[in-house]
Amino acid sequence: MKRFLGFIKKEFYHIFRDKRSLFILFGMPIAQILLFGFAITNEINNVDIAILDHAKDARTIEIINKISASKYFSIQAYIESEADIEKAFQQGKIKAVLNFEKDFSQQLIKAQSATIQVLTDATDPNMANTISNYVNSILNNYQQELNKDVKIAGQVMLQQRMVYNPELKGVFMFVPGVMTIVLMLVSAMMTSISITREKELGTMEILLVSPLKPLQVIIGKVVPYIFLSIINAVVIIVLSIFIFKMPVQGSLFLLGLESVLFIITSLALGILISTISATQQTAMMVSLMGLMLPTILLSGFIFPIASMPLPLQVISHIIPAKWFIILLKGIMLKGVGITFLWKETLILFGMALFFIGVSVRKYKIRLE
Amino acid sequence: MKTIGYIIQKEFRQIFRNKAMLPIIFILPLLQLIILSNAATFEVKNIKFSYIDNDHTSTSRELVQKFDASSYFNVVTDFPSESLASAAMLKGEVDVILKISRHFERDLLRNEPTSLGVTINAIDGAAAGVENVYINRIVQSFNTQLKVDLIQPGDATNKLKMITSIPLFWYNQTLNYKTFMVPGILVLLVTMITLFLSGMNIVREKEIGTLEQINVTPIRKSQFIIGKLFPFWVIGMALLTIGLLISKLVFNVPMLGSLGLMYGYTSIYILVVLGIGLFISNFTDTQQQAMFISWFFIVIFILMSGLFTPIESMPKWAQLITELNPIKYFVEVMRMVMLKGSNLNDILPQLIKTLIFALIMNGLAVWSYKKTA
Repeated sequence: MKRFLGFIKKEFYHIFRDKRSLFILFGMPIAQILLFGFAITNEINNVDIAILDHAKDARTIEIINKISASKYFSIQAYIESEADIEKAFQQGKIKAVLNFEKDFSQQLIKAQSATIQVLTDATDPNMANTISNYVNSILNNYQQELNKDVKIAGQVMLQQRMVYNPELKGVFMFVPGVMTIVLMLVSAMMTSISITREKELGTMEILLVSPLKPLQVIIGKVVPYIFLSIINAVVIIVLSIFIFKMPVQGSLFLLGLESVLFIITSLALGILISTISATQQTAMMVSLMGLMLPTILLSGFIFPIASMPLPLQVISHIIPAKWFIILLKGIMLKGVGITFLWKETLILFGMALFFIGVSVRKYKIRLE
Repeated sequence: MKTIGYIIQKEFRQIFRNKAMLPIIFILPLLQLIILSNAATFEVKNIKFSYIDNDHTSTSRELVQKFDASSYFNVVTDFPSESLASAAMLKGEVDVILKISRHFERDLLRNEPTSLGVTINAIDGAAAGVENVYINRIVQSFNTQLKVDLIQPGDATNKLKMITSIPLFWYNQTLNYKTFMVPGILVLLVTMITLFLSGMNIVREKEIGTLEQINVTPIRKSQFIIGKLFPFWVIGMALLTIGLLISKLVFNVPMLGSLGLMYGYTSIYILVVLGIGLFISNFTDTQQQAMFISWFFIVIFILMSGLFTPIESMPKWAQLITELNPIKYFVEVMRMVMLKGSNLNDILPQLIKTLIFALIMNGLAVWSYKKTA
């Protein structure tokens, strides 16, 4: 036991001696969470659009005013002919063009119906679709104003209630995601090189001839990083509560426990990478190239998992970050307790055990 | 010139000798391109829909039927009570609960205004907004049908003034996400590989101690740097080529613009990335530090590039920061040239900025590289 404590002490010395890495380890997560918490959102606002108004009458001007008054659009240009549309799209300055037909008002009076073309640059399909939905709802409102004298009977009205996030804030979606990504990558990256580093620098031999057992070496490597990551997690949670006004509806204690569990899972994954790679370079490339994009894309951080093709939904089950994001949202936004979250907790726990188990088995007690 | 040739030869040998690295450099990124491009979609589909029907009439069933028929909704269950429904919402088993009140049909027949309660899980605010639009559409079409079915062909509807908007989706009529995401993800993979490799390369020689040996040779600073970076430039271009082939063959992404323009721009862009990598390499002592710093920048570059989330929605100060993000320009150029067929004139602003970045970053990198240890 004393030997083991000595080993842990050595690991702490290693980490605290490298001031630069330490600074990076604590500074970066803070910088990233601040930057992303404010900047990353998939709400669509202030879209630059252009107007092509063939009619230029009272009605079209009213509609254009409505459009420009909404927070969704900002009118960048008035163009004169269809030929200019292509040019404007290719330069990428505007995302949509509203094309009012000639005799707009006359049509509305004579035929009771007039049309507006909404041309969108659909290279970004989400943007295009949202723009067309926004324009539609603005037009619907305008139409209701026009028709306010006409009585219609027997209508079904909708009463929506947006639960857990009534103001539809993007922050509620992205802060848990950013927390997860930062914790996951920092933890996995830190440990992924810990054993390989000893291999590459030649100090592994000394560890191998010591009486420490493989499990002790592995745990000893992880313990200091658990401390560092917990500090990181606390800082991130404090920032998200005080700066981004994330609620914690559920138990703060449970939130802490789950964070520790997730940290241990990520560290264990890092250790696993560390035991199977020969050089630091390989270990880092695996932990960065192998983990970064799958974690960002398959965890439900930005893109909804339910919309993905079935095989990818299946793959997403093996991404630890996915489960932690569910846990975070459950505790912080829905306020549910362990009775609702035991499954996710158990999965993370199982993953941690699996990673540590494989690492111990793969840990080679001989040099090649 | 001959010296550079030898250094390049040495670097290539080192890269190809490491059998563990080769799949990471070439196979892992392309595999991710093929698999992950399918994941990146903001489309809201398979919405888990549930309902509480307190009316149990043919009209209420007809309404539910409409949701069932829509491709966006998967009707999961009907709940007998509200408390059961909210419990399922808490567990994440349902996204939307529709509550049909008693006397729904009777009120409609009596021409009294009726309301439907809709509860939407809004943690993902944007998705909730879209779900709301879909629900609205279904209820509206139900409304119009009602007018025909239940209400006598009155003259009220005829007096209504209608403004119809016709959406036209240019460049991507089917709103296919993959054509949008594949070029962007390809950009990321090319950038990540070249940045990580170049960022760790020189610092590795420092850490292992072989840099000293090179420093005492008559190799000049510029020769050394060019010799070090050229192999990664080649790898970057090779990745781009294979990636473009995959996007054409697997995803059938159109290539409307000029391929030459694409390659010309990329060759300058990779120089920017290599410059950043070299700069990081110079300012760090261990591979660990180099790795952390490259990771820090790459995460910022990725999430602030407009690749996954729109730049227009960011606050003004954040938009200013994105101006310094080389990935942003590459993503823009890639999408413009491939999907819209933009020409040199259209991408000139991006090209000039990238060129300036390349000059500054490489200038800084060469200046900060010291041959003395």
